[in-house]
Amino acid sequence: MKTDMRTLEAVAAKGRLLGLDMVYHCASGHLGGSFSAMDILTVLYFDVMRVDPKTPENPDRDRFVLSKGHCTPALYPVLAQRGYFPEEDLKLFRSVDGHLSGHAEMRHVKGVDMSTGSLGQGISAAVGMALAGKMDKKDYRVYTILGDGEVEEGQVWEAFMSAAKYGLDHLCAVIDVNGLQIDGKTADVMPTEPLDKKLEAFGWHVLTVDGHDLAALSAAFERAKGLTGAPTMILAKTVKGKGVSFMENQAGWHGKAPNEEQYQQARQELVAALAEKEGK
Amino acid sequence: MAEKIATRAAYGKALVELADQEPNLVVLDADLSGSTMTKEFGTAHPDRFFDMGIAEANMVGVAAGLAACGKKPFVNSFAMFAAGRAWEQVRNSVAYPGLNVKVVGSHGGLSVGEDGATHQCIEDLAIMRAIPNMTVLCPCDGHEMKAAVKALLAYEGPAYMRLGRLAVETVTDSLEGYQFEIGKGVLLRDGQDVTVVAVGMMVQMALKAADLLAEEGISVRVIDMHTIKPLDTEILLAAARDTGCIVTTEEANIVGGLGSAVSEYLASACPVPVIRHGVEDEFGRSGAAQKVLEAYQLTAEGIAEKVRQAFSIKQALTL
Repeated sequence: MKTDMRTLEAVAAKGRLLGLDMVYHCASGHLGGSFSAMDILTVLYFDVMRVDPKTPENPDRDRFVLSKGHCTPALYPVLAQRGYFPEEDLKLFRSVDGHLSGHAEMRHVKGVDMSTGSLGQGISAAVGMALAGKMDKKDYRVYTILGDGEVEEGQVWEAFMSAAKYGLDHLCAVIDVNGLQIDGKTADVMPTEPLDKKLEAFGWHVLTVDGHDLAALSAAFERAKGLTGAPTMILAKTVKGKGVSFMENQAGWHGKAPNEEQYQQARQELVAALAEKEGK
Repeated sequence: MAEKIATRAAYGKALVELADQEPNLVVLDADLSGSTMTKEFGTAHPDRFFDMGIAEANMVGVAAGLAACGKKPFVNSFAMFAAGRAWEQVRNSVAYPGLNVKVVGSHGGLSVGEDGATHQCIEDLAIMRAIPNMTVLCPCDGHEMKAAVKALLAYEGPAYMRLGRLAVETVTDSLEGYQFEIGKGVLLRDGQDVTVVAVGMMVQMALKAADLLAEEGISVRVIDMHTIKPLDTEILLAAARDTGCIVTTEEANIVGGLGSAVSEYLASACPVPVIRHGVEDEFGRSGAAQKVLEAYQLTAEGIAEKVRQAFSIKQALTL
């Protein structure tokens, strides 16, 4: 499903607003990394992936694994807008009465292809999905998003090795490089750069893109389809907390819910952004 | 004397035999296919065999992805690494989403022998059993193992199965009406005084212990509890009522495994003395397998001693 840029921008803007509401209402959740990944997810579900919310189990569909599984305040709003479940359901995010658990969960949330949350594990599942597609000679593609803090997990590099070994060129991973993790700057906590050189050394195609430039993201995913023989990594340079002035580039907003005053300010900013995108 | 075969060898053969009838069966290994006996499957079906290298965490995650796409993966390593190293991957990527992955841990227990404590996994039964949704198996001989692999392949859901390194005597093939069913223990020998609930190769030792004790006038019932979870409570309840005391025996730590499972159930359902035989909460050590087993009293005589204790406690209680 190809979508024009203006619509994509509106979906992403609305996604941030929905994500903010989700986290505010349950007073917990991860906004920083969700907002850095929102544009990537929007492009995937509204522009790149061959999926149909009416047939979420179709064996020929493209797959998506949210390896940074805590970023459900980005994934769930995108899935809801795409039509997998009503936006109304988002109000029960992280509620014992709802079906939207804090981390991505495949058994109860339509559209979620893999349960994730424990960092480093989603990428392996994505490799397995790509391997199954290759065995069955299916033409579906597998997408996954990792955090740049997440790649500190050793399992991630095991997965990178195995994807290259099996030449999984229908696997396209994205690292949401926002440069921050819970304890601070990734460069201070545990330096992961240079990711491009490391991934190339692991046998991957590597593309670098502005993770908030929807057209550039769309072009990168399209380009990845033409890269053969090895999986592709898109290094998406992003801003943690993107879209809310006081959350941007602040590690403290990794997993914190806003108070009433912060919520109102954030909401004001996001409503204004949405109105602008919708041309109001 | 019946045929002697290691359960890992029977497992490897069973995979090959079942390959044609189940095209979705895929096998993953972590650089141990010669030892886990999956190599033959890999040679016969290279397109369905994946050597994932010494990277168990990723292997389990990849299996989860394969299962999410309809494959039926069996992942293999030593019990220490399949259950131990990758425990959290099994928990979060397999059991929690309920994916159809079979985790197979070879070389369980002290009978690894010479490699010593780092490779002698005595905790797998406990830590796998502690995960919701997990089925946990440990068949006792080659005949039972083949049936178990078939049953696991037909079973949709996450499971762990332990294999043994040593060649062991086949004891279940001569049993009339033997049927393998996940979650159903097997009554191997009837008896009235004490019941020994055994798993894995302790089953054969339990039968020998029963022979020894028969000479002393103690009548021992022997149950092969090849499934530790879900536990066959029916056979246990009958045993507790009929014999009034139980000895469990496992080539594993007495903390958390079969003995714990049996004790937990009987404590509320039918409280009788339960004595747990196994590794007494200590690490193993290097040595020839038989010597190590003897050093830790994992022998027929070791079981017999626990049976005598259980019997005397029971008698004291009924006086």
